[in-house]
Amino acid sequence: MIVKKLLEDGLDRRTTIALSAIALAILLVPILNLVVPPGSLLHVPDDKVALFGKYVCYAVLALSLDLVWGYCGILSLGHGAFFALGGYAMGMYLMRQIGTRGVYAHPVLPDFMVFLNWKELPWYWWGFSSFPFALFMIVLIPGLLAFLFGWLAFRSRVTGVYLSIITQALTYALLLAFFRNDMGFGGNNGLTDFKDILGLPVQSKTTRVILLCASLALLGLSLLAARMLVASTFGKVLVSIRDAESRTRFLGYRVESYKLAVFVLSAVMAGLAGALYVPQVGIINPSEFSPANSIEAVIWVAVGGRGTLIGAVVGAFVVNWLKTQLTSGVLASIAIYLAVPPAIANKAFGAEAWLFALGALFIIVTLLLPKGIVGTISDLLERRKATERPPETAPAASQPAE
Amino acid sequence: MPLRPTVMALARRCLAAVAAIWLVCLPVGAQAIDKALDRLLEDSFTETLAAVDEIARSGNKNAADILEALADRRVLIDAATKTIVVKSPTGSLMDARTGAAIASEPAGLSPVRTNNRVRGAIEAAIGGLTLLSPDAAKRLAAADAVFKSRDAKALPVLDQALAREQDPAVKRALARARASVLLTDPTLGKPDLGAAVDALIDAGDAEALGLIRARLTSNTDPETRLLLQTAIDKGEQRQRTLAVAQNIWFGLSLGSVLLLAAIGLAITFGVMGVINMAHGEMVMLGAYTTFTVQELFRAYAPGAFDWSLAVALPLAFLVTGLIGIAIERGIISFLYGRPLETLLATWGVSLVLQQAVRTAYGSSNKEVGSPAFMSGTFDLFGLSIAWGRMWIILFTLVVFASLLLVLKATPLGLQMRAVTQNRRMAAAMGIRTRRIDALTFGLGSGIAGIAGVALSQIDNVSPNLGQSYIIDSFMVVVFGGVGNLWGTFVSAMFLGIANKFLEPFAGAVLAKILILVLLILFIQKRPRGLFALKGRAVEA
Repeated sequence: MIVKKLLEDGLDRRTTIALSAIALAILLVPILNLVVPPGSLLHVPDDKVALFGKYVCYAVLALSLDLVWGYCGILSLGHGAFFALGGYAMGMYLMRQIGTRGVYAHPVLPDFMVFLNWKELPWYWWGFSSFPFALFMIVLIPGLLAFLFGWLAFRSRVTGVYLSIITQALTYALLLAFFRNDMGFGGNNGLTDFKDILGLPVQSKTTRVILLCASLALLGLSLLAARMLVASTFGKVLVSIRDAESRTRFLGYRVESYKLAVFVLSAVMAGLAGALYVPQVGIINPSEFSPANSIEAVIWVAVGGRGTLIGAVVGAFVVNWLKTQLTSGVLASIAIYLAVPPAIANKAFGAEAWLFALGALFIIVTLLLPKGIVGTISDLLERRKATERPPETAPAASQPAE
Repeated sequence: MPLRPTVMALARRCLAAVAAIWLVCLPVGAQAIDKALDRLLEDSFTETLAAVDEIARSGNKNAADILEALADRRVLIDAATKTIVVKSPTGSLMDARTGAAIASEPAGLSPVRTNNRVRGAIEAAIGGLTLLSPDAAKRLAAADAVFKSRDAKALPVLDQALAREQDPAVKRALARARASVLLTDPTLGKPDLGAAVDALIDAGDAEALGLIRARLTSNTDPETRLLLQTAIDKGEQRQRTLAVAQNIWFGLSLGSVLLLAAIGLAITFGVMGVINMAHGEMVMLGAYTTFTVQELFRAYAPGAFDWSLAVALPLAFLVTGLIGIAIERGIISFLYGRPLETLLATWGVSLVLQQAVRTAYGSSNKEVGSPAFMSGTFDLFGLSIAWGRMWIILFTLVVFASLLLVLKATPLGLQMRAVTQNRRMAAAMGIRTRRIDALTFGLGSGIAGIAGVALSQIDNVSPNLGQSYIIDSFMVVVFGGVGNLWGTFVSAMFLGIANKFLEPFAGAVLAKILILVLLILFIQKRPRGLFALKGRAVEA
């Protein structure tokens, strides 16, 4: 009954539309990719399936970030760390599935360990050949790290930019650690050359579609869960912490516990996204821990609109689609088409254009579009509604505070 | 031991006498080599052996060439005409007696034969000759070679070399080599032994200590053993002290680099409360300004290259300061009171700046030259200190001191402090707060720029230069306590030294990780840093 109540609260119009779209995608993409013949206009090519799967995982990461930043005011610049840890846990499972098919054909040790002359599997690799254990770790490791970190940070009331900076230091420290060969996670090269997942070949068309559907399902569930959470009393307390932390504390709420709970939940969500990301891109390496990645995830949320949940998903899709377009040099081709000399076009609009565009996005969104795409659109809609009927219940502007 | 200074003085006087005699003997060299060369004509091993020794001591400028040729069987003789010709490896010929070149090879020449003993003697003799080479690096290498071979025959040359030596590092190496040779003599008297052991301890390295230990095991005389044992203890103590001093020095050096990178941030973040993620890019732009200035110097005034840094310094300050003011006016001033948004916007600025530099200069590392006074090392009580690092530490101190001066003793500094303490009151007193904001930000960015000039001397100049410093810089400022320049100073030095002391146990990367983890834990304990502001300023 509680679930029913939560569902009723959670399923506002926006979320219902988003969830329907996701369900539709789960139904349609397999058909369009596997059944519709390649020549057809409606056919979804394989590379688009892989790309789409990547975006969906990013969207879950963005969603998890929006939960802590948009609703609780915790700007984590290290959420990529949880994403990568989930990814590494999945990568370890996939490495163990290779078996004797590695280059060195060692029955137990992954290739890089044989290469480094290791004699036996380190203890922290034990058990990863079983999928349920790996799944457990995918949830446990990011959650545990978030719990320890959050417990220390929130209890001693580290807030605002200080918190942002130490989350960044956290992911930076992990980046340095995972670069080391003797950590036992493949060092610089990370984990790759995966063969099977749950007995299915990772590279095959069907597996890719299944993974995409699984990611979409994760996105849908995460969105629903996050929506239910923020619509509940718990969510209201989170928002009050965001807007007036001291006041909430004086009203008798244990601010630290609320923050810790939402931080851990968000980290687990990010870890699951990372776990689904790894089999789809086929590699996990330490660069996933780089602080720049985590900050990039923040801009997805900012572009889409923080504190809207749907906005995070929209932002992740829009920014990453833009990135794919710009790094592939589409802009340069357009410029050449518009009779710009190719030398100049390639220089100004080639793959380099992406970092200019990303940088500009950071500046423009923070200066001109503080509510993001979704926030701005819903503002416009509400304003129109307000002009249609007398403004007796003027909607309170939900301006997220720092 | 009251005896030792006298012994040392005596030894020194003796050495001086030997040197004087040697100098007087120089003109005789020409005749001495004639006699030695005559011995070669005999072409018997014993005579050749004696000749090698005499040639080596003749002081003739061609001595080394002749000896080398002898070892390679390139010394050709004709006993009948008493001709001795030295053939160079390239085939040109030279009269061994006069040193004059010979156009064509006379008939009837045969090479002087050598055997292993002769070749061994030649090698030792050449080693001795390079001890007197005018090149300090060669002398140092020769001294180390003698230390390794412990060849007693090198002793007289060593004494000569020691008497003439001016360079302290080479002098120490020579003394160490001489002592190591002396130590191989089992009949050595106690005062000499003491002096030799002292010289070895003075060198302070593990190998020298090993020599004394070896001597200790082969010695039974209780008094000598005591002397050796105390020397070993002293040497070990000295080594420990040196290791600590070395660590502190490296730590200070790293700390000054951290301080340079962080000090501008201490102003923008610490004093203004603005998170400037593009701070590292200001450092990077400073380094690229240096590169550009040096390119111009290389192209137009290669002779004045040593002055390039002096030109780059104010230019870097201006360039980055102006860019900083532009960023403040164009972006940050719209975001005051929204620190997280400022963080994101300045991150965007950093991406754009990085990419702009990458487009303009390419993404590869740029070669930035060092002026002459910054290269090389000098020796301080056994510590080898690089001039470059030394200057950077001094430079950091100067920058820090002048920054303090600007803040405490100029009208601009006074207004800055007034604005940060109470913006509205400052505005009421007629201070144009927005102008002060821009200037403060410009000052912080400009200092980052001159940090870039210094860092270009020790780090790779690439578009990513700034990113590698930004997290460290924030850590330094946060650890030291925001809004406190002295806190930043102490924290940078402390982090630098702590890092260097952890490195031997944990390795460089792990040391860095440990420091980061410790910092994260530290911030939990003292969220406002080591030297937190107290009172009303905290909430402002």
